[in-house]
Amino acid sequence: MRKNGPVALAFHTIVILFVLAPLVIVVLVAFTPEETLTLPTRGLSLRWFRAILDYPDFISAFFNSVKLAFASATLALVVALPAGLAIGRARFPGRGFLNALLLSPLVIPGLVLGIAMLRFFALIGVTGSFAWLILAHMVIITPFVMRLVLASVSGMDRSIEHAASSLGASAWTTFRRVTLPMILPGITGGWLLAFINSFDELTMSVFVTSPQTVTLPVRMYMYATESIDPMMASVSALVIFITAGAMLILDRVYGLNRILIGQH
Amino acid sequence: MDSTLRSSEPAATGKSKRTRRAPWHAYLPMWMMSAPALLLFAVLVIVPLAMTLALTFYRFDPAMGPVAAFDLHNYAEVLGSSYFHTIFARTFGIAALVTLLCVVIGTPEAYILSRMGDPWRSIFLLVILAPLLVSVVVRAFGWSMLLNVNGLVNQLLGAFGFGPYKLLYTTFAIVIALVHVMLPFMVIPVWTALQRIDPQTENAALSLMASPAVTLWRIVLPQLVPGILSGSLMVFGLSASAFAIPGLLGGRRLKVAATTVYDQFLSSMNWPLGATIAMLLLVANLVVMLTYYRVLERRYTRSMG
Repeated sequence: MRKNGPVALAFHTIVILFVLAPLVIVVLVAFTPEETLTLPTRGLSLRWFRAILDYPDFISAFFNSVKLAFASATLALVVALPAGLAIGRARFPGRGFLNALLLSPLVIPGLVLGIAMLRFFALIGVTGSFAWLILAHMVIITPFVMRLVLASVSGMDRSIEHAASSLGASAWTTFRRVTLPMILPGITGGWLLAFINSFDELTMSVFVTSPQTVTLPVRMYMYATESIDPMMASVSALVIFITAGAMLILDRVYGLNRILIGQH
Repeated sequence: MDSTLRSSEPAATGKSKRTRRAPWHAYLPMWMMSAPALLLFAVLVIVPLAMTLALTFYRFDPAMGPVAAFDLHNYAEVLGSSYFHTIFARTFGIAALVTLLCVVIGTPEAYILSRMGDPWRSIFLLVILAPLLVSVVVRAFGWSMLLNVNGLVNQLLGAFGFGPYKLLYTTFAIVIALVHVMLPFMVIPVWTALQRIDPQTENAALSLMASPAVTLWRIVLPQLVPGILSGSLMVFGLSASAFAIPGLLGGRRLKVAATTVYDQFLSSMNWPLGATIAMLLLVANLVVMLTYYRVLERRYTRSMG
């Protein structure tokens, strides 16, 4: 393999700086001891992290987001796993349509889904309901679960299952003791990816959350359009830390490159 | 349970037409397994989208809200007004520019990454892809701090005696932040295409005395076209409907289609007009993407054939 020349490496350095700059600056500013957003800062302080604790709007939005992400990722898995197994392992009428439908939120903009659900929720009178917000989030994260379930099912050796059933294991026992352990990394990875995507989702949630069910990204968006102070930076830094933590787990469980690029 | 179905499949796909279709009850387990997902998507995707399409034919009454009218006046209003023309032109102009920049930056970067040694290759690939999972609000906020009048970019320019420039709340700010958000969507498919290239094709060209530049242009690049194509489709579609970046970095005056829809829905409360803009955005997006795909695909197959 040929090595990269100096021009290529200079280009690469600029790209990496470009990618990291906005995230690094957020983390740096979050530790400022000053009243306003200024750079460079003198000294480090946690005062703006403490300030979050006195601002209940962010705290409640954070717990809303965690609850929402946990519930919608889990339920999306419950719904998408059987469908993914059926689509990935059998041919049946309606399979192509179902596959396209379940992956469609990747192509339909979140904006369009957001207004569609706002209209729908208003008509059936469930505006501001947390349960329906969970259902809405399930829709947009199902494609991520589906992709990982399909990927792990397609790479599976079916002969082990056949061996189990020929030795007298029932269909359920075969699934629980043979199939499930083999696709478990894909399932866990899919759940985590779904969790992160629900936790980060903004565009659709802007339309379907109410003041009671507002999520952290929506609260942050509202806050940033009105005022910008270092608290925005400390909340953002916390989000970066949480996401980085989730990514580390995801990397251990399934391999981050595998998830993001889709290589198997 | 479906193992019996599979084992009968090779015989079924091959021979006579009469035995090809299994009896309907053989499919029952698969339909039952898919039923919850189908129900969820029927209720929360198909029905709401149909309702939104219907909403575009409503008339907005400030006192009563949306009133059924079943005419096309919303479409006439959006397509006939120069205000909305400007917004759509800005939206698709930004999306096209972002796509171009992502191709120009993402393709060489993926190529450079693919030629790195192993610890660095995985690390930098992760650095480029990981921001994909960080909330877009956080990244928009990061850019607003870099680009504001006292921001790092203006300080840097000031050190060389330039500026300060008004960078925030400009089209420039929207474009640069969108490139930052969309870059992974370009790097991923190009990287995948690079993995499929047989390195011997490059070596063959070099051994036949082609210069590295000619090898890159005539041998490597044509094999990356499918990756660049699918990446740019993704980037264009996502940029045209992007909401958070234009909302936070474009300010109140620089509207794009997505932020206009937001205003119509949550400030003016004119839902029929907002739904019309969103539907037109969806349709325009599909048309542009399909045309682009057709044209490039034809050119690509011709040059290969």
